[in-house]
Formats: sequence, structure tokens, C-alpha cells
Amino acid sequence: MNKIKCECGHINHEGTVLCESCGKPIKGNQHIDGNDKTKLLNMRYDGSARRSQTYNRTIIDKTWNFFSSVKVGVWLIVITLIASGIGTIYPQELHKQSSLPSSQFYELEYGLPGKIFYQLGFHNMYSSWWYITLLALIGISLVICSLDRYVPLRRALKNQRPKRNEVFIKRQRLFSESNKVSGEDKAQFINKLKKKGYKITEQDGHVLAEKNRFSRWGPYVNHIGLILILLAGILRLFPSIYFEDYLWVREGETALIPSTNEQYYIENEQFIYEVYDRHDERFQEALKNEEFDVPSNFQTNAIIYKVKEEVITGQEPELEEITRGEIRLNEPLSFDGITLYQQGTQLQSEYKTIDIVIRDENGQSIGNFVFDTDEDLRQYDIGSGYSVEILEYYPQFSVTEQGPSSSSKYPRNPALIFSLHSPDGDEERYFYLLEEVLPLAEDSNYDVEVASADLITASGLLVKRDRSLWLFGVGATIFMIGVVQGLYWHHRRIWIHPKEDKLLIAAHTNKNWFGLKKDIEQSIENTSITMVNDQQELDAQSKED
Amino acid sequence: MHKKKKRLIFRTIILSVLVITLIFVLIINFQRNNPILAAGDTAPDFMLADLETGDDIQLSENHGKGVMINFWATYCEPCKEEMPFMDELYEKYKDDGFEIIAVSVDRNEMVIRNFYERYGLSFPIVHDRKGAVMRAYQISPLPTSIFINPDGTIEHIIKSPLNLEYLDSYIQEILPN
Amino acid sequence: MDLPTLSSNFLYVAFIAYLIASIIFWASIGKRKEKNSKWVNTGIIITIIGLIAQIVSFIFRWIASGHIPVGNMFEFISFFGMCLVFAFLVLYFIYKETTLGLVALPITMLIIGYGSMFPREISPLVPSLQSHWLYIHVTLAALAEAILAISFFAGLVYLIVKIDQSRRSQQTFWLEVIMYSIFSTLAFIILVSSFGAAGYNVEFSYEQNGETFTTEYELPVLFEPNNSTLLTEGAFTTGIEAPGWMQGADAGRKFNTLVWSLLGGLVIYGLIRLITRKRIAHSIQPWFKRVNLDRIDEIIYRSVAIGFPLFTLGALIFAAIWAQQAWGRFWGWDPKEVWALITWFFYAAFLHLRLTRGWHGEKSAWLAVIGFAIIMFNLIVVNLVLAGLHSYA
Repeated sequence: MNKIKCECGHINHEGTVLCESCGKPIKGNQHIDGNDKTKLLNMRYDGSARRSQTYNRTIIDKTWNFFSSVKVGVWLIVITLIASGIGTIYPQELHKQSSLPSSQFYELEYGLPGKIFYQLGFHNMYSSWWYITLLALIGISLVICSLDRYVPLRRALKNQRPKRNEVFIKRQRLFSESNKVSGEDKAQFINKLKKKGYKITEQDGHVLAEKNRFSRWGPYVNHIGLILILLAGILRLFPSIYFEDYLWVREGETALIPSTNEQYYIENEQFIYEVYDRHDERFQEALKNEEFDVPSNFQTNAIIYKVKEEVITGQEPELEEITRGEIRLNEPLSFDGITLYQQGTQLQSEYKTIDIVIRDENGQSIGNFVFDTDEDLRQYDIGSGYSVEILEYYPQFSVTEQGPSSSSKYPRNPALIFSLHSPDGDEERYFYLLEEVLPLAEDSNYDVEVASADLITASGLLVKRDRSLWLFGVGATIFMIGVVQGLYWHHRRIWIHPKEDKLLIAAHTNKNWFGLKKDIEQSIENTSITMVNDQQELDAQSKED
Repeated sequence: MHKKKKRLIFRTIILSVLVITLIFVLIINFQRNNPILAAGDTAPDFMLADLETGDDIQLSENHGKGVMINFWATYCEPCKEEMPFMDELYEKYKDDGFEIIAVSVDRNEMVIRNFYERYGLSFPIVHDRKGAVMRAYQISPLPTSIFINPDGTIEHIIKSPLNLEYLDSYIQEILPN
Repeated sequence: MDLPTLSSNFLYVAFIAYLIASIIFWASIGKRKEKNSKWVNTGIIITIIGLIAQIVSFIFRWIASGHIPVGNMFEFISFFGMCLVFAFLVLYFIYKETTLGLVALPITMLIIGYGSMFPREISPLVPSLQSHWLYIHVTLAALAEAILAISFFAGLVYLIVKIDQSRRSQQTFWLEVIMYSIFSTLAFIILVSSFGAAGYNVEFSYEQNGETFTTEYELPVLFEPNNSTLLTEGAFTTGIEAPGWMQGADAGRKFNTLVWSLLGGLVIYGLIRLITRKRIAHSIQPWFKRVNLDRIDEIIYRSVAIGFPLFTLGALIFAAIWAQQAWGRFWGWDPKEVWALITWFFYAAFLHLRLTRGWHGEKSAWLAVIGFAIIMFNLIVVNLVLAGLHSYA
């Protein structure tokens, strides 16, 4: 390996741009950081050798260098950003809220652009292979960039010798030359910097004042956070870590919670739906324009049961209550790592019971019967020797070519055909629909009416188990620590370089030059030290990564 | 030279780990939409009461027979069309080791009984009141018919109504020799 | 006076204070140094008074409604405006750059004015918004976006000063586009409020997906809704229909309003250019001649550096926690979420380009402009045009 010996005696790695010890530019390597074209030195990694810039032989090295480039990383971000934006033009398949298949929905709803959107796969973009690949490439770029830059940065930060080469000092962005500075003034300058929190190191009269070095690690820390978040995303692909399912449970019903290996059941004791009072003084202005009531609460009062002993699928297990609680929007219910979220409601959409009363011609009540839509109960003894027999029941009545039928199993629009048997053996048939009872015979002897009907609400609950959340939390926290560390603190260095009877001052920071200048300005107050000049020509940047 | 070689190995390992992870993620993502049950899998066991006799019918007790599980409901019009064919072939093959379990996913048993009587069906019908069997088999469209070999593995999953000819050919495939 | 009235009166006070402060900042240009600082100090004090008035207005509304007033477009935008003023003051006290106020305050006023065109009644919170995270997520996201917006204000100052106005170029063109968009917003406010004051109203009914909707136009009808019938008798209409591919609630009306605003903007822009016979940016360039460009460049960077972590926390992390609680998924690819992610990606790219590839000065300034355009897109277009969970307004 070609080690390069600097005139100060330090031996540098191949590819070093500025001597690690004294900062003198190393001949023949200046093109790497573009220093040959500018007046100022490029201070990235203080000119340490970066691996990706040095070897480029095998396919592996080429791939590595490709991902190691920030330019590539930014391009990946930009492509992802544009693709993400396009995906929001029309709703994703997941959110389309239509029973039409996607192949028709987008064209019918949005015309030709919709069709193109669908055909290019943007309707399901965020789980498409190419979008996932894009995110993964960003992840790869994160890992490789971090690995590749960790070593040179550590090397650069470790080698902080106060005594630097004059060329290094003069080619810093902030620089000044003062004549005949007294020892007192110099001491005062150093003292004030110390007070500002700078760490001072000295070597043969050369001084380095340094502050907030840890800020330089910020980007690495936040990238680790992001990598953890991507890892958590991968973990979620395993069903044991993450699953999602949905169930509808009606008031009074005890339903199996899906995806739990038939381990848990939920009972919907009651569903509570509340709306804002239209006469509420605070909101009446807004509410008077609203056509529909504005809801204020959706709530399922639930009891969760666990199966006591496993049974064969289909058998009724013995249940044991493990918890009960109210599930509201924003207030899910959790048990044994599973969480239930309030998501949907079918308000008062199903009939639970229908109470039908029978009177004789004089309006005198004979009796009544209560039909429960959930029970297979055909015979009702209504007293005085009368009885009712249910002949047909249609939960959601409809008429098809084959005659009366039901369009679902849910009693949303129940219809009944029943016969009334009188003590003297007569039979009369009736038809119930839409809370009305019609006699099927021409001349009915009885007055049959609906006394009451009980409607219930179905509650839609999202069932979820997510054991990856903690990792997302850790990733997000580390990311936040990293960005704050990197962006709210600034690594500042000031070199004091005595040269004969002159005092050269140079300073460097990676960001917030304004603050650095202010630090120096305040520290040299009332001394004969010349304020540093900003030597940078703005906008004359042609730096290579 | 030694150092360069080490670097190459290091890079190769890191890159391969990353690329393998990516491929793995893509494969899993691709498979996510696939159903859990497919031909070749063992059919999940279940036990439900026969609507007519009240006796429990357990799938695993039909080991050695070819079993057709038919998920249906009274409100499903196409289901009604294939019922007579099923009845006809049940009579034809039931002595050759063939069994039908018609799983109704209706809510109220009354509608199933009315239907059963009206059509005069002879094969056993069970009622999956809580939908547990339906969940276990991840049934989405009705009717769905599952043809199970005598060894308990699934031969076919058919997500549409069948005519006599197809039904016959599927049944013949699962008959024990 | 009841609380809601008090609240809106205080908002007027704030608005007027910002107006006066802007005028004072403008008048301070060209004054000599000592006098200038007196003027500037007065301007800053009046800005602070305005901010206090707006905070009082905010608190009154909070008390009146019983929940934090960031629940609809009007409330959110005026809160955002408040954050803009706050962020401007913070950066003013760090960098003492008054010219920033010359851009920040007028644009803030436009934004507050724009928000006031939305329904201003106090509305109750729907169940999905009933969470403490509404307070934390929405306020922090607004504050972060406001701080990020400061980089746009600084970027605009930078571009106005830096771009060579002696000849036409791509840069001068895009700078004029920015000016024109500002005038269009102004035109929107003038048109909507003056026709609103005159009680102008035209109703249409139209069909969509088999349902019938009615829509009310507050501006004269240039474009009718697609497939619609006029309900208001004798009302003026051109009879031209909005393009059929525009879908969604009130698409026709929104299109009509957009066209009016763009036309209005064109009129204002045209008139000013006719009078001054210069590009707008050219005419105002002298106002900023005393500016220290390095410092402005630093502000562009600094506001992104301060705003980015806050944005991550407020608009992504806290949003995710809330979404996890309310909907059971911390991320759902809802348009608003996606655009927050796009904003985040964009500023991440901004920081990478600046810190590792040396994109300073003009490049940074243009990026800051694009960043602000993305934020405004997320605030306005996503809420009003792209349907999703966040379209409450």
C-alpha cells in the first residue's frame, strides 16, 4: 500500500487529501476534493482518505461506490418523492370505497387518466415491487454511506493536532492575520473562547479551540434510526409479529375474533352512538348548516373472552371473561398483545326482534308474539287458544325471478309469512314487511299489527397485533436524537497560529458560520486581533462528493 | 494487498446481506395476497352438528373417503342451482366412499331447514353459525367447493358453482380406489 | 360581546397590526442607520402586539369551543399564520434581518386572509379528532411548517436581490411566477370577500355517481359544474361547463374560483407592470439593497435546520402515534400522509445537497421556494382536491 509521508513526518493513508496531522495539502491528491480549482480547502472529513474514492476495480467495488454516493442517494429520494406524489392523484385501491373492481373503477370514475393510473400500477403503488425496491435502495444507500464515511470521519476527528501547516490555515474560509498581538490579548482571546465552552489544546504556542465535536456524529445516529425503522418494516412481514383482520359484531352477539387461532371471542354488549346537540350554544352557527347530525361518539361496550379449552373448529367452546371495556375511536382496547379498534358502524341497521300484536274485529287484544331474527322458533302460543306459526322468513327481503328471496343473511329488511290458528281450527295467513302486516286472505277477521321493533347496530372492529411497534419507536427516537444532535449543535474549530510576530487565525465549522463568526467577534473584543474575513465566494461551488 | 482483500470480502458480505434481504422482502410481499389454503394442503378439521339428525359430523372422521365440502347459503342464488346436481351425484357415489358436507353460513337455522325440505336434499347439511369454519377455510365467494382426497389433503378449491359434468369429474378424482 | 365575536375582533386587530408593521418596515428602507433602527424597532414592537392579539383571539376561541381551534381550514390556517409570525420573530432576534419582515408579514397576511375565506363558525370535533394528539400533532406540525416557510421568505429575498434583472432569463421568469401566484392569492381574497359582502350566490344541482348534489357559487359563473342544472333563476352564466374529468365534491365551483383568481391575479400583475414598466421583482429589488446576502443564505439554512427535526417529530412521528391510536395503523398512505413524507424527503434532500454537495446561495434559495410550494400544496390542494382522511374542511 502506498503510504504518503508528509513533511511534518506523519504517514498518511493512500488517498489522503490533507495531511491528517498538520493539514498540509498532499501533492497529487488535490483533484479528489477539487482543491486544485478553488482558493479554499474542501474540509469534508478534513481531507482524510475515503475508501470509496480510492478503489474501483471489481463489480462489488463499483456497486459499493455507486451506493456510497450522496448524489445517488439524493436521486433515489427524488424519484421516490415524485412516485409517491403521483400515487396520491387518485385514491389507492385500499381507499377507493367502491365495490367496483379496480379494473373498472378507475376508468369509470376518472376516465382515461384513471385508466392509465390503473394500468401503470399506481393504484396499488405503495406495496408494489418497484416502490418497495425504491425504499430498499434508499436503505442500502443509507447503510453503505454510513459505513463508508464512518472511518474517515473518525480518523479526521481523532487527529486534532493544534499545530497545523500554514497553507492549511490560510486556505480556511474564515481567516485573518494580525500583527504584533500581545501575549495578553492572545490569552484573553483563548480565555473567552474557553468561557464559551471551547476545549483548548496547545502545542508550541499553537492553539486549537474546539466545541461540540459530538454534533458531527448526528448524521450517523439518525441514519441508524432510519435503518431500524426499515428493519421494523421488514419484521412486520411475519404473521407472528404482525397481523390485521376485521370483524363485525352485532349488539348482543358474541363473535369469534379472527386470526387468533380461535382463542378469543368478543361480545358486543351495547353500541353507543351520540351526536352533537344542534342547540348547543357553542356550535349552533355551524350545525344549522349541516344536513346530517354531527356524531360525537362511536363506542362499543365489549367483553372479551378467552377459550378455556381448545375445541375442534365449529364446536362451542367454554369461555372465560378476561377483560371488558369501551372501545372508542381514539381509544382502542388491548388484551394479550391484541388490540381492537373502533372502525365501522352500521347504525340501527338490523332487526333484532319484532313484536306483533293480534286483535279481534272489535279491537280487543288477543295476544302477541315476539319474533327473534336469531332464533329458529316457529310456534308461538299467544293465549286464548290462539297460536302463530312462522312459515317463511327472509332476512333481507327481495324478489327474484324465482320468487321471494333474501339477498343476505342479515335481518336488514326482514319479511315473514306466518299463519294464525284460531281455537276453532281456522287458519289465516299474513305477510310482514317493513313494519307492516298484510293479510294474505281477502277478508281478514283479525287486526294484526306491529307493536314494536328492536333495531340493533353492528360494530366494525379492526383486530391487530403488532409486535414491531417498539422497534419503530426506538428507530424514531434514535432518528430524532441524531437530527437534533447534528442540526442543533455545530462543530466549531478555531486555530491560532503564531508566525514570527504575526498571529494567524483560522476557523472552520460545517454549518452556521454566522454563529462561529459571532463567537470570534465577541472573543476578540478589546484586543488588537483582527476579525476574520469570510473568504468564501458564494455560489462558486464546484465540489465533488 | 491483504487489507484490500479483506475490504473486498467485507463489501461482498454487506452487499449480499442487503440484496438477500431485499429479495426476501419482495418474495414475502408477493406472497402476501396468496390464500393460506391451497391444493395439496391438509384440510383443517372441524366438527358441526348435522341439521337433520343432530349428530356431530367431524371432517377427520371421514378419513379414507373422498369428501366434498360445499360452502353455501340460502340467499346465494347460484348455490341453489348446483344443489340438485350434488344431490344426484351424492346418491350415485355415496356407496363408493364419497361424502358431502354442505356447510351453510346462514344466520338463522329456520331458513336452512325450509330450504332443505323444499329441495328434498339427502346429503348432510351443517350450520356454521359463528362462521368459525368459514374463517378457517377463508371462504370469500359463495359457493365454494373444496374437494378433499381420502388422505385428507385438498385436491381442488373451486370458487364458483359447478354443473353436473364438472362436478362429476371432480368427485371422481377424489374417490378412494 | 361574546367570546367568538371577541375572538374575531382580536384577529382583526392582529391583521391590522401586521399591516402597519409591514408599512413601517417598508418605510424604514432608505432611512439612515440610526433612524432606520428606530423605525425597525417600532415595526417589531407592533408585530409583537399583533402576535399577542392573535394569541388572545386564539385563546378566546379555544375557551368558546372547548377544544383547541385547529380543527378546520380557517382555524388551522390562522394558527399557521400565527406560527409564521412567531417564527419570523425568533429568526429576527437571532439574525436581526428586518428585510425578512418585508416579505414575511405581507405573505402571512395573505395566508391568514386566505384562511378567512373558509367557513368561520365554531364547529364541534368529530370523534376521530377527539384526542390529545390533535393538540400536539397539529400544533407542532404547523409550527414546524412555519419555520420551514421562513426559509422560503429568506430564499425569496435572496432571489430578488441576487437575480440579474438587467436581462430576461429563466430565473427572472420563475421569480415573476412567484410574484404572480402571490397576486392571484390576493385576487382570490378580494374577489371572494367583495362578492360575499354583496351576497352573491348562484346554485346548481349536479349528478355524480347516481347521487344529486347542490353546489353554491360565490363568484359569477364562468364554468358550470359538469352535467348540472341552474337552480337560481336569472343568474348570469357563461354556459361553459367545467371539464368532465374533474371529479370530487364541488369540482366545478373550485375550478371556477381558481380561474377567477388566476384572472384576477393577471389583472393586478398586468396593471402594476403597466405602471412600473418593469418586472415586479425588478421594481422591488431596490428595497432590499442593504441586505447581507450571506446572512440571508444562513437564514435559509438555519430555518430548515431548526424546522426539519420539528417537522419530523410533529408531522411524522406524532402523526404516526395518533394514527396508530385512532385507526390502528401508524401509516396508511393517505394523501396527506404521503405529502408530509414528500415534504420530509424534500427537506432531507435539501440538507444533503447543502451539507455534502455544497448547494449554497441561489440553489438553496430555489430549493426553499420549491419546499414552500410543497407545503402549500399539502395544505391546500391535498385538503381540497385529493380526498382522504384529512379532508375535514
